Amino acid sequence: MSIKKVGSAEFKGWVQSLIKKHTVYGVQAKEDRFAFDVLDAPEDLRLDYDVTILPPKKYIQPQKEVLLTFDENGVFESVMNEESFLILGVHPYDMVAISQMDKVFTKDNRDEHYMAYRERATIIVSDVQTASKDVFAGCMGTSTGEECSGHDVLLTLLADGSSLLEAKTEKGEALLDLIPNAAEPHEGDLEARSAIWESNRKELRKHELHVAPSDLPELLERSYDHPVWNEKSELCYACGSCNLVCPTCYCFNVQDDFNWDLKSGTRSRCWDSCMVSSFAKVAGDHDFRPLAAARYRHRYYRKGKYVPDMIGEIACVGCGRCITSCTAKIANPAEVYNCLLEKV
Amino acid sequence: MTITQEVSTKVKDIYLPEPATVLDSRLLTEAEIYLRFKFDDPKPHDYKPGQFYSVTIPGIGEAPISISSSLTRCEENTFEMVVRKVGNVTNALHNLVYGDKVGIRGPFGTTFPVDTAMKGRDLVFICGGIGLVPVRSAIHHVLDNRQDYGDISILVGTRTPADRLFVSECEEWSKRDDVNFLETVDVAIARKPIWTGPVGVITTLLPRLNLDPAKTTTIVCGPPIMYRFVLMELRKLQLPNDQIYLSLERRMKCGVGKCGHCQINGKYACQEGAVFKYSDIESTPEAI
Repeated sequence: MSIKKVGSAEFKGWVQSLIKKHTVYGVQAKEDRFAFDVLDAPEDLRLDYDVTILPPKKYIQPQKEVLLTFDENGVFESVMNEESFLILGVHPYDMVAISQMDKVFTKDNRDEHYMAYRERATIIVSDVQTASKDVFAGCMGTSTGEECSGHDVLLTLLADGSSLLEAKTEKGEALLDLIPNAAEPHEGDLEARSAIWESNRKELRKHELHVAPSDLPELLERSYDHPVWNEKSELCYACGSCNLVCPTCYCFNVQDDFNWDLKSGTRSRCWDSCMVSSFAKVAGDHDFRPLAAARYRHRYYRKGKYVPDMIGEIACVGCGRCITSCTAKIANPAEVYNCLLEKV
Repeated sequence: MTITQEVSTKVKDIYLPEPATVLDSRLLTEAEIYLRFKFDDPKPHDYKPGQFYSVTIPGIGEAPISISSSLTRCEENTFEMVVRKVGNVTNALHNLVYGDKVGIRGPFGTTFPVDTAMKGRDLVFICGGIGLVPVRSAIHHVLDNRQDYGDISILVGTRTPADRLFVSECEEWSKRDDVNFLETVDVAIARKPIWTGPVGVITTLLPRLNLDPAKTTTIVCGPPIMYRFVLMELRKLQLPNDQIYLSLERRMKCGVGKCGHCQINGKYACQEGAVFKYSDIESTPEAI
């Protein structure tokens, strides 16, 4: 696979050609923060962003997604995404999250609805240029383009204002072909990129985790009755914000909606939140996880034990969104996991 | 090379229900309805005792419902359910009549081990309330292959005489020489229907069993509160935990181990359950 070096003007031209050919979702300013949205012009692209409000997961597992149509005669028809699209500027930690989703949705029962989005997505990862205030990807081994997989192109901005573009797949190669007379990088450029990675590994550690991520399942194994679950959850509003901003949360609810004819309709799934009190409640009002502390603990066990037991990877990528979004300031995974190290 | 990848249109959609038609519906009690369905597609549909289907009422939603029948005596491609009226979907299921259409996904979940661990063993079925519904599938299977099993005890506990399910079947079982059938109700104050049998919770029946712990396998299904007390009694009877099978209810939205709702700690009840061997979950705090 090839690596190209492009100047800032060339880069703009390339983005313009991507916009012409594809539906491009790129990072843009949204008031004083950043969000992925449809990119209309290269000038709107903000690869210097720190973190987006929602992870790019929203294009692959949309907030609300129609699964099927039904009618009163019992005719059900699958609805699958048919649109191709390109996501431009995904940070490495978010890419790690997407490849984890690939595993959970293909393991055992393959989810074709998820795959209909995933297989039509082209993803350009961008190395982080600005560290967000709560990022700790450096502790999770998810801070650089070197540490993620599943993307089509890796983009790294160098100090001289030029960008290195590395194709990771055939699809990515085809995108690089759109740049006329792109220069080959010098060895020094690749060294510069390695230096950026080295620096990001150190810089993207706004919170320190005092345990190796790979030791988290074992740590949690012996922390089920730790007082931290009660202490923190006493302040929890059960609002579910930590779930909604999380790139590795994928639990969903399913609901039916009638069309105006009241005979046919659609079934959709939408993001759900294990912190919300109704999550494990069944008809008849029996609640299998009624305590906020149990729901709070469940979420950390999902990230550090249950999902890792399933896919072999820690399901927290250190993006820090939950830390920023939590009103009660109780959702810092690094802080919670560090607490577990303390003897009680 | 273009960005668009060809994706096969012939994919298996794990969320797509297939149509089935109501053959029969009748109320068993005020709150419980018996339903018999037939798949519209004539291809054979296999299910095992203990499994469940996700049943769709178009526009209302989908709910996981235990299968109550056994293929040993059910007409091909048909299955039976008994549904208590408690939520949106179950209320809508109560309105079904002959010819109505539903959507079915499944069967999902683990099974009562009628072909493996239960074979050759003495069996005790402990059913509380609508816990009898899924266990009935195993009881039918076992009675239809009677020679494969040792002594059989069936214990049924119901809140009041008016809530009793499968009354005529229970009477049949109680008359069989090769079945030890015991039944109780929690309270019997109403005049009708007349109840002359034992009164008390289901655990009061257990001391009446004369069982050999080394030869016995137990199937337990009932409301969440029942498990704790039944398990305590079974421990007194020295039944080993790996010979106790429980069917656990949880909220389920997908049935295929994705949506997250049914998790019991790290276990997906829809995939690793709903029938669990007790020894597999005794150290799982959220299970019982």
